[in-house]
Amino acid sequence: MSVLTKAAPRESAPREDRYTIRHDAGPRGVRWWAEVGWRHVVGIVMVVICVVPLLYVISASLNPSGTFTGSNRLFGEVGWNNYAELFESRYWRWFLNSFVVAVTSAAGTVLMGGAAAYAFSRFRFSGRRGALTTLLLVQMFPQMLAVVAIFLVLLTIGDVIPILGTNSTLALIAVYLGGALGVNTFLMYGFFNTVPREIDEAAKIDGASHAQIFWTIILRLVSPILAVVGLLSFIATFGEFIIAKTVLQSPDRLTLAVGLYQWASDERNAPWGLFSAGAVLAAIPVVVLFLLLQKYIVGGLTAGSVKG
Amino acid sequence: MTDVSLASPPRADGKRGSDSHARRTGPGWYVKIVLMAAVNALGLYGVWTAVVVGSWGVAVFLALAVAAADWVYFSRRMLPAKYLYPGLVLLLAFQLFVMLYTAYVAFTNYGDGHNSTKADAVAAISAQNERRVEGSETFPLTVVERDGELGFAILRDGEVAVGDATAPLAPASGSDDGTQVTGVDGWTTLEFAELISRSAEITELRVPFSDDPAAGGLRTQDGSLGFVAAPVLVYDAAADTFTNTNTGVTYTPNDHGSFVSADGDQLTPGWRVGVGLENFTAIFTEDRLAGPFLQVLVWTFVFAGLSVITTFALGLFLAMVFNDPRVKGRKIYRSLLILPYAFPAFLATLVWRGMLNEKFGWVNEVLLGGAQIPWLTDPWLAKVSVLAVNLWLGFPYMFLVTTGALQSLPGDVLESARVDGASRWRAIRSITLPLLMVSTAPLLISAFAFNFNNFALIYMLTGGGPHFEGAPVLVGHTDILISMVYSVAFDSGVKQYGLASAVSLLIFVIVGLISWLGFRRTRTLEEL
Repeated sequence: MSVLTKAAPRESAPREDRYTIRHDAGPRGVRWWAEVGWRHVVGIVMVVICVVPLLYVISASLNPSGTFTGSNRLFGEVGWNNYAELFESRYWRWFLNSFVVAVTSAAGTVLMGGAAAYAFSRFRFSGRRGALTTLLLVQMFPQMLAVVAIFLVLLTIGDVIPILGTNSTLALIAVYLGGALGVNTFLMYGFFNTVPREIDEAAKIDGASHAQIFWTIILRLVSPILAVVGLLSFIATFGEFIIAKTVLQSPDRLTLAVGLYQWASDERNAPWGLFSAGAVLAAIPVVVLFLLLQKYIVGGLTAGSVKG
Repeated sequence: MTDVSLASPPRADGKRGSDSHARRTGPGWYVKIVLMAAVNALGLYGVWTAVVVGSWGVAVFLALAVAAADWVYFSRRMLPAKYLYPGLVLLLAFQLFVMLYTAYVAFTNYGDGHNSTKADAVAAISAQNERRVEGSETFPLTVVERDGELGFAILRDGEVAVGDATAPLAPASGSDDGTQVTGVDGWTTLEFAELISRSAEITELRVPFSDDPAAGGLRTQDGSLGFVAAPVLVYDAAADTFTNTNTGVTYTPNDHGSFVSADGDQLTPGWRVGVGLENFTAIFTEDRLAGPFLQVLVWTFVFAGLSVITTFALGLFLAMVFNDPRVKGRKIYRSLLILPYAFPAFLATLVWRGMLNEKFGWVNEVLLGGAQIPWLTDPWLAKVSVLAVNLWLGFPYMFLVTTGALQSLPGDVLESARVDGASRWRAIRSITLPLLMVSTAPLLISAFAFNFNNFALIYMLTGGGPHFEGAPVLVGHTDILISMVYSVAFDSGVKQYGLASAVSLLIFVIVGLISWLGFRRTRTLEEL
């Protein structure tokens, strides 16, 4: 991140240039403000804008009155009763639902995507190019565009196998996994291709089967991309809203995104303190994961883009 | 199952002939056998239930899926398919098939009132339009229960008969006191207290009197006295018409899946039929729908476009501001500036919804000293708020991306520009920006596509509101196409899956076009 790519120009230009690195002491006084100081002003203003809503929600979660108006004085009063009240609500049920859905989907995505990437990367078979092109095309159309059809299909399936119908966690996971291959195979396929084929050849000569090569050699070598795909998929599923809202109906089955939406949009009872406490707790795992993964996420974004 | 002693057959490509089944005793083999047994058992169970229910599509799909699984995993040849199968089955069912199904539904009138087949509609119309036959016999009736399902038991010709909502009255063994049934084998008789507590269910219950639908149904008002309600509307299968036995009016099926009388009176429910392009013509030509739809369409493009432009501009500006090594504490700034990106977007949107609340929100109350600005309920302000919140959510991503791109720009080009006497602005415009566009253009296109379908933001922040008045569906000034789809399908009172799917199909076409243009555009940019 902090690597500087600009070599310092030797001459010192009369008009300061932002690519210049000065080896002597920096500018002072008015010139310092004109060249560097204003950047701090911009930075501080932006940091305030970024941080205030987050401070606000933390403050609201600690506000004992739990109302909108009470929450407006940042950290005016501090108490833990909103967090305590979460235990009497459905919150932890939703948390568990979200966690189960996100972890299962992430694991399924990694396994299925990894297997598919292995097949595309290591085997040459008829229809391979066609399948890759199809995946590339499918990737362009997010699953949620078909949300109405997904609902209707689940209604039909539900007549036959209720556990895979609407209002079922398992059905929601199945739907998410249906969209997994299109999104992640390409990312993984590129990474699998960077593992030298000589490694599998050597293993094969030693008598390893294709399954052994996959499970014990390749999967270990590509573990970084598995971790990234798994965690990205976890974060995406954790926050997915439209399909979860369509598929799940009974209050005990909801995921956090749907449940917290109901709290926040409940104009009559306005359980704002409860919502804020729930939001803070729900955000913690995602923020932690994100900060851990930051360099992979950013690196992956730009690397993918340059390759087109 | 294949024979253990068979030698591995020669392979077409001659290279990858090694076979996992060479060592049949390994733990993996047992895992596979157990898994395949489970898949077959569950799959066949599913096929069987689907056939029983009469759901032929599900039955065929499951049968094919199970057959394909067996073929793939017990054959020695299908090596790549062994790795692709699980993902492909789910992809087929929940991505490709649902896309095709969207296209199909878009050309039907599927929705409330047209949910099912014609046979179901005929049965429903017969059952719903029943009246007690004047002066008909009453039966002392006993309410019974089995597995939570209620049923009625009566004495018919001196014999105990029992039935429930789905099974017509049929003779059963039980006891009676001469006038009323006192118990039926396999059923429990409801106590008085239960009769009271479940009275709503009991008065709703209709037990078919016999296999013949025209015989009517057994109903009760009080849980102790039953009567036969006969259909007022009688279906004549040969003529395919309904006739009202009281008035003599005849209802004939029309091509929109409903029975209608000569003077336009329509029976509900109807059934699902193809309506051709009608959903699309409604979207574009029907007065009350076309106006709101066009506004939504335009706003979708404006919203997605402005979202990309504003986030990119702010992100790039900040990246340039902090790309100066003389600024101390850049690392701290950067890690604080990406906080909005790290915080889950759906939570941040909901927090903003609260902060922008007109009466009690933090922005009005504290920041603006008690002003009552309708941030989310005024048509124009709501649009501004949606864009502003999306800017807050989205600029850190652009900041990260452009920072990375700026740092990997070749320094020599800029240096030579400066040697040639280019001004700072000129260098940015002619060198930095074009070079940046090469690496960020694909990201901008995917950001556009993402915002084009940014359902969660719109739905959570404004719910699409403020709503257009007089529109036949619940859409509003900040609705984008995908939130319109959701609203038409689920939120507008009458569920219109056909119309919603038609809008979905339009989004598919637009997204496809954008991606295609995007790919072409990036190629031209790279050739520069």
